[in-house]
Amino acid sequence: MRKLCENLRTAMEKAGLQSGMTISFHHHLRNGDYVLNMVLEAAAEMGLRDLTVNASSVFDCHAPLVDHIKNGVVTGLEANYISAAVGKAISEGVLAKPVIFRSHGTRPSDIMTGRSHIDVAFVAAPTSDTMGNCSGKYGPSACGSLGYAFADAQCADKVVIVTDNLVDYPLTDASITENYVDFVVKVDAIGDPRGIVSGTTRMPKDPIALKIADYAAQAIDASGLLKEGFSFQTGAGGASLAVADYVKRIMLERKIQGSFALGGITGYMVDMLEAGCFKAIQDVQCFDLRAVQSIRENSKHMEITAAQYASPTAKSTAASNLDVVVLGATQIDTDFNVNVHTDSNGYIIGGSGGHTDVAEEAKLTVIVAPLSRARMSIVVDKVLTVSTLGKSVDLLVTQYGIAVNPGRPELAEALKAAHLPVKDIRDLRKMAVEINGPANPSIHLTDRVVGNVLGRNSQIQDVIYAVK
Amino acid sequence: MEIKHGAMAGTLESSDIMVTVLPSSDGIQIDLTSSVEQYYGDSIRETITKTLEELGVSSARVEAVDHGALDCTIQARLTTAVRRAAKEEVAK
Repeated sequence: MRKLCENLRTAMEKAGLQSGMTISFHHHLRNGDYVLNMVLEAAAEMGLRDLTVNASSVFDCHAPLVDHIKNGVVTGLEANYISAAVGKAISEGVLAKPVIFRSHGTRPSDIMTGRSHIDVAFVAAPTSDTMGNCSGKYGPSACGSLGYAFADAQCADKVVIVTDNLVDYPLTDASITENYVDFVVKVDAIGDPRGIVSGTTRMPKDPIALKIADYAAQAIDASGLLKEGFSFQTGAGGASLAVADYVKRIMLERKIQGSFALGGITGYMVDMLEAGCFKAIQDVQCFDLRAVQSIRENSKHMEITAAQYASPTAKSTAASNLDVVVLGATQIDTDFNVNVHTDSNGYIIGGSGGHTDVAEEAKLTVIVAPLSRARMSIVVDKVLTVSTLGKSVDLLVTQYGIAVNPGRPELAEALKAAHLPVKDIRDLRKMAVEINGPANPSIHLTDRVVGNVLGRNSQIQDVIYAVK
Repeated sequence: MEIKHGAMAGTLESSDIMVTVLPSSDGIQIDLTSSVEQYYGDSIRETITKTLEELGVSSARVEAVDHGALDCTIQARLTTAVRRAAKEEVAK
């Protein structure tokens, strides 16, 4: 069977792509991805209209998507995360139909249970053979794990592999395999390596972030979970990464060996693996070059699929085996609900990603955030968008103290016994208002819904309104 | 204080405000751009007006670019800009 097509348009035609269909994309090429734009450009040339784009995430490099929405090529959008450039246009109402937001776990769950149907999946593959055995570990556009693309490849009606590094059959270390693949296309470049992975992940020096991280690590220690067999996930940003540094010091000092590190993986987690802090890494997405190198070379650094990471309908997941996760927030309210979808002016600037999944599954969910950012209180009376439910969140760690979810009184006792500054979350809220001054409470939102945020039960958990 | 020439204080960093004070023959005019306009715009204009009053400035044009500065920062930056603007210019 000949799968290799001479260009993208031929592959799209052979796949039977028609107006009104749903096409899907994965985001491991992050802000360097060329494939989503390439496919939409070809679709526009073919005269297709009314397409729904189901992308695991949308980055600023996908800004041309806004024009395809304006000219009717795209009329539906589903994603787990939408960054500010496209988010702004959505918030201003460019799309008639509300965007559907899922989490990284709920997306593969909905695809695999048939709730979310994909007609044609486009898999950007840094290396593929002529039959579509493909991998993210090799090639000039290497991105490491292809975790988010598996459900698409397994369940879409047609699967097109788009690669810039075509190799002889068979590729021996393939992630997605030929039995799922219909067509293969070779293009000049699937992405810009500078946008795909960052060179190095830098540890923050900001004293506020370091203070928060120090408190968070002490709180994790006080919880009693930081012992032999410990499993851990942390983000790549600011304070989250610094928490890993403090946790690492404790683990090395007491010679604790953990079971696994999970998540989007940075070089810092690789350092912890190599230093013996963990026996394994379960990796759904690589954030930097060191993580890409490690997943290629170290057999203890394993690629996992998004379903295996956190699907709520899977029989078990890495997330369901997780002890501690450290996450960020753009807002958290006095009921511990977290917003990671919208900024304080109501504009879409992100999405759950895996936030909602791991927060619900982990034994201990720690939110790290400064009390305020640029005069906006992070601790608010009510979040603009409920991304993660308050019942999933155990701790909020700020530079002024730690708030414990009232549903976890034993945790509050453990933290107090460790002499940590435990505060009522309502007192942190009051403190933020005292520092920043009372804010005008009315912000300019309309009553038109531009986004439906689905919970892990695939039902609407909250809605996002258009800005004025 | 009399505004004799244009002067600035502050930066465009987060949590800071960049204030430019210029001479005016038409009372006080405030031109504010703020990342927190919806929440604190009126409050920032009030702080600027009050600070100018306390400094005895009756005519000035104030251009302010705010990235979420606290009231104390707004007062400090504005006071510095006004003092610089009220100084005799050094002969070049």
